[in-house]
Amino acid sequence: MIELRDVHKSFEENQVLRGVSLKVRKGESVVVIGGSGSGKSVLLKHIIGLLKPDRGTVIVDSTDLSQLDEEGLNELRKKFGMLFQSSALFDSMPVWENVGFGLKRHTRLSDSEIKKIAIQKLRMVGLVGVEDLMPSELSGGMRKRVGLARAIAMEPEILLYDEPTTGLDPIMADAVNELIIKMRETLHVTSVTITHDMKSAYKIADTIAMLYNGVIIASGSPGEIRNTPDPVVRQFIEGRAEGPIVLEGIIR
Amino acid sequence: MIIRFIEFIGVLMEKPAEGLGRFILLFYAVLKGIARPPFDVRNIVRQMLEIGVNSLPVVLITAVFTGMVLALQGYTGFKRFGAEGLVGSVVALSMTRELGPVLSALIVTGRAGAAMAAELGTMRVTEQIDALETLATNPVKYLIVPRFLSGLMMLPALTVVTDIIGILGGYFVTVTLLGTSSKSYLRATWNFLQVQDIYVGLTKACFFGAAFTLISCYKGFYTSGGAEGVGRATTGAVVFSSMTILISDYFLSAWLF
Ligand SMILES: Nc1ncnc2c1ncn2[C@@H]1O[C@H](COP(=O)(O)OP(=O)(O)OP(=O)(O)O)[C@@H](O)[C@H]1O
Ligand SMILES: [Mg+2]
Repeated sequence: MIELRDVHKSFEENQVLRGVSLKVRKGESVVVIGGSGSGKSVLLKHIIGLLKPDRGTVIVDSTDLSQLDEEGLNELRKKFGMLFQSSALFDSMPVWENVGFGLKRHTRLSDSEIKKIAIQKLRMVGLVGVEDLMPSELSGGMRKRVGLARAIAMEPEILLYDEPTTGLDPIMADAVNELIIKMRETLHVTSVTITHDMKSAYKIADTIAMLYNGVIIASGSPGEIRNTPDPVVRQFIEGRAEGPIVLEGIIR
Repeated sequence: MIIRFIEFIGVLMEKPAEGLGRFILLFYAVLKGIARPPFDVRNIVRQMLEIGVNSLPVVLITAVFTGMVLALQGYTGFKRFGAEGLVGSVVALSMTRELGPVLSALIVTGRAGAAMAAELGTMRVTEQIDALETLATNPVKYLIVPRFLSGLMMLPALTVVTDIIGILGGYFVTVTLLGTSSKSYLRATWNFLQVQDIYVGLTKACFFGAAFTLISCYKGFYTSGGAEGVGRATTGAVVFSSMTILISDYFLSAWLF
């Protein structure tokens, strides 16, 4: 369904991705873990064509993204829903229009029908009575969940979640995990999730992949990752400051 | 030595040349967006109100005082050789050909142009433009085309208003304050004013409207570097648009005579 082949990406001198290869099968839930600044968000943006690789290919649904013109890419993007790390809500419109944006653009539904669907999606992410608020009136965790509601509003085949549980309280975080699982089980969604939250990773992943130094250094089922002998992965999943991963500038 | 020099010029021109290239590509994308219906009528109307109605008070005040000062200065000057009767013509000509389009363009740039750059710049740095793309929406068509079209339409409209109000301001000073006869002012206005003058003024207004929206949207659309970048984009939009308006005004005047 999704395949990245040897993807390289640099920003000026900064080599972020140095040959990432990753395969996501249809209906699979892949979780990408990795240190802060390791390029996880950059990786996710390649899958939906927001960033173009310097080298290598991104294939979605057996189409090479670089072969698509703008219209083709937009058609393909209708299969996607994406939650941004920063939520990226449109702050010129109320919450319900944010959630219903795709419906408004790509269906013939009336405003009142769209609002009804938006309210229902907001309920799914645990938000009630916020539909008429503006994004600036919401807390960070609420914004994240509105972003999540917007991502699932069109019932896409592929969902990309960039840190869906960051900034949520533990109970709400678990509810979001349940939602992600439900999306996969009931709608057979293919998903790529980025997270730092290992508990969430173990819960929602079929496959966990770790991004380190611009490449995927390990990939396997939650059980395999949990018992991996790889010291780098071990250090990360156990959350220790000492180990092979060097934290630049932090003195200990 | 010469090669060194050419290299040096090349390096110096790299950034502006790259910017110009991107600007032209953006302009092309905007034209492509216009050529391909459907139009987002609701969005266009909102932008027209934003540009037109919200700028109206400032434009009105500027226009009336400009007309007044033109009349006052014209009167003082022309009186020396007994040509007070020409004040109306001076006001009418300067307003329609020159000051109407230029002043309204500069005011609208300061208000609406700055707002466009700040809004698009904020949307860029907070990833809202990326979010539009993930929702299968072409951001140039969704954000820039309505702004461009409303600039193109609203600036001539504001110019007409500025012209009329400026001429009325001149009338007020010449007739009410300085006591020239109302008939001679109006005669001087009508006799000298030609369709050509209005045509020149409105052509300029269309050009300025297109220029300031494109430049402001360009600056906002390619913002980088957080809040500071948004500030830079906004300032840049106003400075570049104003410069473009003032410089192109000379050349448009020369070409359109
Ligand atoms: N648009 C961009 N322009 C320039 N550099 C960028 C851009 N986007 C990301 N980077 C750089 O790429 C690197 C990886 O960024 P990315 O946002 O992918 O990290 P991340 O793994 O998502 O980190 P976090 O867990 O903190 O979100 C960073 O060094 C960042 O500075
Ligand atoms: Mg990130």
